[in-house]
Amino acid sequence: MTARDFTNSEKFKDLVRTRWTFSFIMLAILFVIYYGYIFLVALHRDFLAVMVGRNITVGIVLCTAVIIGSWLLTLIYVAWANKVYDKKVESLKQDLQ
Amino acid sequence: MQSTLGQPNGTAILFFVLVVIFTLIITYFAAKKTKTTSEFYAAGRSVTGFQNGLALAGDYMSAASFLGISGMVALSGYDGAIYAVGWLVGWPALMFLIAEPLRNLGKFTFADVVASRLKSGPIRIASAVGGLLVVLCYTIAQMVGSGKLIQLMFGMPYEMAEIIVGVVMLLYVLFGGMLATTWVQIIKAVLLVFGVTVLTVLALAKFDFSLSNLYTEVVTMYPADNMLNPGGLVTSPLDALSLGLALMFGLLGLPHILMRFFTVPDAKEARKSVAYATTFIGYFYIVIPIVGFAAAVLIGKETIKGIDAGGNMAAPALAEMLGGTPFLGFIAAVAFATILAVVAGLTLAASSAMSHDIYVSVFKKGHATEDEQVKVARISVVIFGILAVGLGILFKDQNVAFLVGLAFAIAASANFPALFLSILWKKMSTQGAVWSILVGGITATVLIILSPTVWVKVLHNEVAIFPMKNPAVFSMTAAFIVAIVVSLLTPEPEAQEKFEDDKIRTYLGIGAE
Repeated sequence: MTARDFTNSEKFKDLVRTRWTFSFIMLAILFVIYYGYIFLVALHRDFLAVMVGRNITVGIVLCTAVIIGSWLLTLIYVAWANKVYDKKVESLKQDLQ
Repeated sequence: MQSTLGQPNGTAILFFVLVVIFTLIITYFAAKKTKTTSEFYAAGRSVTGFQNGLALAGDYMSAASFLGISGMVALSGYDGAIYAVGWLVGWPALMFLIAEPLRNLGKFTFADVVASRLKSGPIRIASAVGGLLVVLCYTIAQMVGSGKLIQLMFGMPYEMAEIIVGVVMLLYVLFGGMLATTWVQIIKAVLLVFGVTVLTVLALAKFDFSLSNLYTEVVTMYPADNMLNPGGLVTSPLDALSLGLALMFGLLGLPHILMRFFTVPDAKEARKSVAYATTFIGYFYIVIPIVGFAAAVLIGKETIKGIDAGGNMAAPALAEMLGGTPFLGFIAAVAFATILAVVAGLTLAASSAMSHDIYVSVFKKGHATEDEQVKVARISVVIFGILAVGLGILFKDQNVAFLVGLAFAIAASANFPALFLSILWKKMSTQGAVWSILVGGITATVLIILSPTVWVKVLHNEVAIFPMKNPAVFSMTAAFIVAIVVSLLTPEPEAQEKFEDDKIRTYLGIGAE
């Protein structure tokens, strides 16, 4: 099997497709979280000023939530890559030998 | 309260000297391991994911974000926190899009990745110039900012501060290369996170560890200022979109950040390092606004503005009030160390672009001996170091706040599209990449000059020709469109073949440096 046959194999193509599909889904979630927040700041100020505790506003909670959410997305990616992507890579490396 | 800020502070000088001695000892040991180019630029690929995570966090948590964001929150409240959020969101994007392929395809610089399957000469020059422009803007902003901060904190003359930063960081980079630069960053990141944590705990102790109490005090003290709600930072959605794009994708085009991915052994460690970096940076940006709000209450806006109109001294002033002169000394020394470390990383990135991308790959066509390469690398370090100090002194009284925005805009518009498409898109051609870098870089620069930040604030014109604060939404889009259109017009079968050949390396890491 030549290198080109290998990269053209369904298994290899599946690896590439899975990798980018997952990445772009994660990127889309990040966009929704971050730009959702920014557009609330720009257009719905009243909502951000709603109090959820004694002098703690929705805005303050959301700001922290966006940071924690972004952080969680990176952790989810690492967990996914360790569990799914690396397994596929290992299996492909086996085939190559 | 009588502040000793701005006077020579014994503790600060002691701590600073300790940090410098300690980091120079590390440099001494690192120097023994720095003989080859791979050791000089990539620390022999021996850095672990955790260490690299700390070093990445160190590169990103500059004195500007520590002192700047806490000051911004102290003076304008919630807007400062919005800014902090924007600085973080690039990290997940970096992880999803380029961290792993970058590690697998690159050698020393991101230009290696762009050039790997294209005609080396033109694309190397274009991406090295794009990289150098970003590093240069960033460095001038850091040097000018740091000179002023050191002047404020230590009462030291501006020029002397610049020269100390220049000489010490040259010692790290010149002798210890990437290994020493990485360790300096790690030490500084740990000190900074520790210092900020102590500062936050001491501050919250004044409010019975209740954020509610803190915010109540803020509202009581500044009833008219609406500190807890968004102010003027984000008003137009398009402007917000543009700034968000620049902050998010600018990170993916910063050469000194990208360079760190070549110091870890493989893609798995690269991935881990982003997760660790995001953890430290996320924690830092959650905590920093609390420091700012506490400073507004405990020190008072007027006093903070009295020390420095930009609010940059909010955190040091709070440190002095809560922990006395010794704690102020510690925080000041950490801020100084931060500047040294960030400038060292930038210098190394500039040197790799000048010597590896331009001298070795273009002039010597890749035929240079190991000794020659290391020698050229060191010479370019000295040249860039002297240039940095010189420009720092030259721009002393200039308003350079726009330079960080410019660095991010060029990074997002010139470097990121070319890098991203060359990893992902088979049909990318040499012409497409070169034109994309040129169009992205030039559009970003011209629009920033015409924007309010430069046209009105620096050039003192009445009305800005380009109304937005950040041009990324236009310049980045333009770079992508040009890359796609030109690549389709100039098909390059060899590059497409090479793209297929590189796939095993890109996705499996087989054959990576």
